[in-house]
Amino acid sequence: MVNAGKQLITGLGVLLLLAVLSTSCYAMDYPDEVELDSLADLYEPVVFDHAMHVDVTENCSECHHHTTGTGVANEYCAKCHTGDVEMDVVACQDCHSADPVSIENLRNPQPGYSYHNDQPSLKAAYHLKCLGCHQNVDGPTGCEDCHAKTEAGDKFYRSGEFAPKEPAHSSAH
Amino acid sequence: MSKITRRKFLAGSAAGGAAMMMTPAKKAFAAGSFEGFPDGMGVLVDLTRCVGCRTCEAACNVEQKLPEPALPFDDTSVFDEMHHGQKRRTTDKAYTIVNRYEPKSADEPLYRKIQCNHCNEPACLTSCFVNAYKKTPEGAVIYNSKVCVGCRNCMIACPFHIPAYTYSSVLNPVIKKCIFCYDTRLKEGRPPACVESCPQQVMTFGKRKDLMVIAHERIKKNPGKYVDHVYGEKEVGGTGWFYLSNVPFEEAGFDVNLPKKPIIDNVKDFLAIVPMVLTIWPALFTGFHLLATKGKSHGHGDDNSHDKQEGH
Repeated sequence: MVNAGKQLITGLGVLLLLAVLSTSCYAMDYPDEVELDSLADLYEPVVFDHAMHVDVTENCSECHHHTTGTGVANEYCAKCHTGDVEMDVVACQDCHSADPVSIENLRNPQPGYSYHNDQPSLKAAYHLKCLGCHQNVDGPTGCEDCHAKTEAGDKFYRSGEFAPKEPAHSSAH
Repeated sequence: MSKITRRKFLAGSAAGGAAMMMTPAKKAFAAGSFEGFPDGMGVLVDLTRCVGCRTCEAACNVEQKLPEPALPFDDTSVFDEMHHGQKRRTTDKAYTIVNRYEPKSADEPLYRKIQCNHCNEPACLTSCFVNAYKKTPEGAVIYNSKVCVGCRNCMIACPFHIPAYTYSSVLNPVIKKCIFCYDTRLKEGRPPACVESCPQQVMTFGKRKDLMVIAHERIKKNPGKYVDHVYGEKEVGGTGWFYLSNVPFEEAGFDVNLPKKPIIDNVKDFLAIVPMVLTIWPALFTGFHLLATKGKSHGHGDDNSHDKQEGH
């Protein structure tokens, strides 16, 4: 009986420790808000509510792959990235280049791994990750639901004050 | 004396004709084995990523200095447009367009960007009798509007219905199509404007042979996501732009009945015969004719009377 009691207490203790450990992963330092502005041009910067997204996601690795030390969501990545090691780089732009096919990169290709050879650009990393999830959870999916068009954007898309003067009928040729 | 000279002439022309036949025939057969320039660039298009934002259309319009569109580029009502029962096509004012499809085997609509696929062995190039088209070592299929006579053979030849015609131009109507942004970007090694503008990286730019490896890896790394086919790897001898899809390609409006061989293969046997017909046949049949008439003249009697008859 005593033995069983001891085992129960030890078991509970281990569970408690695990619980503390797992929440401590979530309790690590992270910004509540991130302004995604490095690519802003046709659209205004996005003020990303990071704290809210931490609340609604089950695991940091849903967005941060294996870099936050919370395990690996993707089976394929898990073949190498097994350890729950927190890395120095966690921001999207630390790995995803804004201009992956620049002339310099094309002329002097990096030897690189054969595994990270299909990495999306920063712009695509944001959109694929955000929109990919939003489509599944019925989050906002319209362009201007996340970022308003700038004047340059209106000019580019010929919308707003730059809209074509004669609408509709000329399109049906 | 005059008789011998004529015979020599006929024999010479027959030999010359045979020699002429050999050379072009060899060239025509060699054309079928071309598999694209080794360092030619290409674009891998992943249809599962496209959300139909039409940013590529706007980028193309700006880069190629095309005329103002009928509707803003953020207007999605264009997806409902039908022209003569067909979805939108590329025009002389829009070298790329995005269409929406409703595939049977998926719940979500599918968006597909359409532009020139920059074939390894372009049918447009083969069909052009003024040699206006050129496949550059960088991978683009470009054309010279200055020599275009507006015959529209390429419009009929293209298996993807891409070249468009400036019907609105009264004096000098010419062909217009996507040139892979050759003049302003590709020549310098930069990706075309549409590729760079895409928020979802639907299109990945790189060397065609490297991208083909990535395409097959994507299929392998995401079991069940894609149909196991890269459209454009083999179609019409291989295209510079090729596609991955989560639904069968026919449901995304692709022509899945295209041959694996370049379009020129359909006609090269015939084309090889043309020089033979034009050069050998006249000589050959003249020879037959002469033999036949020679026999007849022998029947008539002496050669002198025959020569007199011919002289009439």
